[in-house]
Amino acid sequence: MTLTGWSQIALVLALVVACAVPFSAFIARVFAGERTFLSPVVGPVERGFYRLAGVDPGREQDWLGYTLAMVVFSIAGFLSLYALQRLQGVLPLNPRGFDAVAPDLAFNTSTSFITNTNWQNYSGETTMSHLTQMLGLTVHNFVSAATGLAMAFALARGFVRSSAQTVGNFWADLTRITLYLLLPLAFVLAFALVALGVPQTLLGAVDATTLEGAKQTISIGPVASQEIIKELGTNGGGFFNANSAHPFENPNAWTNLLQIFAILLIPTASVLAFGRVVGQVRQGSAILATMAVFVLIGILVVYWSEAAGNPILAALGVDPSLGNFEGKEVRFGQAMSALFTTATSGTSTGAVNSMFDSYTPLGGLVPMFNLLAGCIWPGGVGAGLYGFLVVAIIAVFIAGLMVGRTPEYLGKKIEAREMKLSMLAVLIYPLIVLGFVGASVLLQTALDSLGNSGPHGLSEIIYLFASSNANNGSAFAGINGNTLWFNTTGGLAMLLGRFAYVVPVLALAGSLAAKKKIPASAGTFPTDGPLFVGLLVGVIVILYLLQYFPALALGPVVEHALMLAGKTY
Amino acid sequence: MLQHIRPAVVLLVLFTLLTGLVYPLAVTGIAEIAFPRQANGSLIEKDGVVVGSALIGQNFTSDRYFHPRPSATTDTDPNDSTKTIDAPYNAAGSAASNLGPTSQKLVDRVKAGVADWRAKFGAGPVPADAVTTSASGLDPDISPANAFAQVPSVAKARGLDEARVRALVEASVARPALGWIGESRVNVLQLNLALDRIKSS
Repeated sequence: MTLTGWSQIALVLALVVACAVPFSAFIARVFAGERTFLSPVVGPVERGFYRLAGVDPGREQDWLGYTLAMVVFSIAGFLSLYALQRLQGVLPLNPRGFDAVAPDLAFNTSTSFITNTNWQNYSGETTMSHLTQMLGLTVHNFVSAATGLAMAFALARGFVRSSAQTVGNFWADLTRITLYLLLPLAFVLAFALVALGVPQTLLGAVDATTLEGAKQTISIGPVASQEIIKELGTNGGGFFNANSAHPFENPNAWTNLLQIFAILLIPTASVLAFGRVVGQVRQGSAILATMAVFVLIGILVVYWSEAAGNPILAALGVDPSLGNFEGKEVRFGQAMSALFTTATSGTSTGAVNSMFDSYTPLGGLVPMFNLLAGCIWPGGVGAGLYGFLVVAIIAVFIAGLMVGRTPEYLGKKIEAREMKLSMLAVLIYPLIVLGFVGASVLLQTALDSLGNSGPHGLSEIIYLFASSNANNGSAFAGINGNTLWFNTTGGLAMLLGRFAYVVPVLALAGSLAAKKKIPASAGTFPTDGPLFVGLLVGVIVILYLLQYFPALALGPVVEHALMLAGKTY
Repeated sequence: MLQHIRPAVVLLVLFTLLTGLVYPLAVTGIAEIAFPRQANGSLIEKDGVVVGSALIGQNFTSDRYFHPRPSATTDTDPNDSTKTIDAPYNAAGSAASNLGPTSQKLVDRVKAGVADWRAKFGAGPVPADAVTTSASGLDPDISPANAFAQVPSVAKARGLDEARVRALVEASVARPALGWIGESRVNVLQLNLALDRIKSS
């Protein structure tokens, strides 16, 4: 670890917070459907969309109607994306002539992109036509992120409103978020990426003759436009197999900085916007402070562990000064790889600029733990906020038990129904992850997919399901996920991780909205100070360690001990 | 449920047109005018022939050139399409080794790499980037330590003065902006192009 490394990390984080504060005011206006400075341009488009779709944005839905609208929209997205992949061989804009995508892979990829996961069991540059990349994958980079934020909006309305039956209009939220937030930001920042070197062309490949006379075919395409929304929407699906490690996706330190910024901007600003819309900015700050604790510890552990390197390789005569360098790019180094990794796994992004499968055991433990916790610091676009609020409700409940009062959060009484729904949401994750991991380790066909043996092989399987379930999409990529077993189970884990989680959350939104808002009294446990932050950190650590400690102990923890002992597989 | 079908389908179509077609095509159109070099992949031409991209690494095996990092990219075996063969710096299929820290395969590969590197460039600790594969398999850069260590061998193969080659490497080192942002690195293709210019001058 170096001072320069840490100061670069501090710079990026400071930039994120500095921009998220004003940006949160903009998100709050979009949330409320108010006029923004973009309204003169975007307003007519927005109204045109409503008219064509037959949507009255003022007519709100109850929680069940909101949920159904979201589910129907996701099903439509799934079907169109599946069809596009299966038919790409006969459709235009296919410069390298790729065939139709196989059915199980197309299923996995469709679920992956509608759930904002962007797990990729294929190499983009050798599988997907430009048409599929643009009309299919890029579109879902926008709308799956907008869907996530819409659900967070619904839950926020549960806290804002008093004795209300409705939680918003899904179609209006989806449209506003896409048109006012995601598209303008992506459009502007895409040019920044191109200016810094990211290609944007409709060509499929360029043939070069190397200095030694060999032929090099260089895959290329409309990279920048997809790259930026991949980060802004916390999607993570790369244009190329190597994702943000590919020099065309991420050519230098500046694009790397911009990408990390883009990953963290909306999730961070959403948390602050939540504080604004509930009328107490400090509430948002307290949540963000809690998230920051986990982000900073994560960066510290990854940076320290990767910079310390692999003693087994050092013993062979490798200079340890660069740290663990397998699967890393020279232009990023250890500090900006560590920050990227913590950002991408603390959000549901899953883009990578270095390969986690080659990380040291403790360096890889951090993204794995972030995924197992559901990617909630600061979380995916929307998904992080609602995921974190669920945990906050549990923490408030525990605080209430300790002092013997009915727990309240943001003026809403937390009672049996809210606790049942919160616990249901929290328990679905380990059920999915540990269930599928348990089944996979018993199946030879699953074990045949592993790229590494020993405890590291178990880590590959745990990571696959943790990533699918948390809708992250990064991988310990040595595992071959493009098999019938993993395409199917991974696809199911993504669907359950998104929809089985969010239905209790939206029910919670409905239940909270229906409650009367009660003013804070002397007996209210304050949820905007350091005491609550400390309690929340404690609850999170206990909750997730209880769920996953045995799995982590058998994977990365034991591998760390074995690496120090020089044992290989 | 049924009343949701129309908005779902119509909005999906509209968003597909807007974010899937208008957005990427508009970005492409403007980028091609404003930043044509970057938009087309920062290609490098020499005597009218594209010799590569400034951003994408390429393989060098001759003693007369500086060598890039090892690469884990593969290609389809021309004799058997179900198999793959090693194809370093295959820029049509980026890939990493994905070998974990306790992998025997990794240890064997690095051990061979260290022996090979020392035979070519001398004893001592081997720069980590010289024996590890990158995340993309297309890393265009090597560390300055790696580049300087290769100077004597390249100078000898070309019959050039070592100091001259060393000065060239010195001039090729890209340092962090403001001494702060980024890592010190050497772009192998551009260094080798500069090397070829010495010969012809």
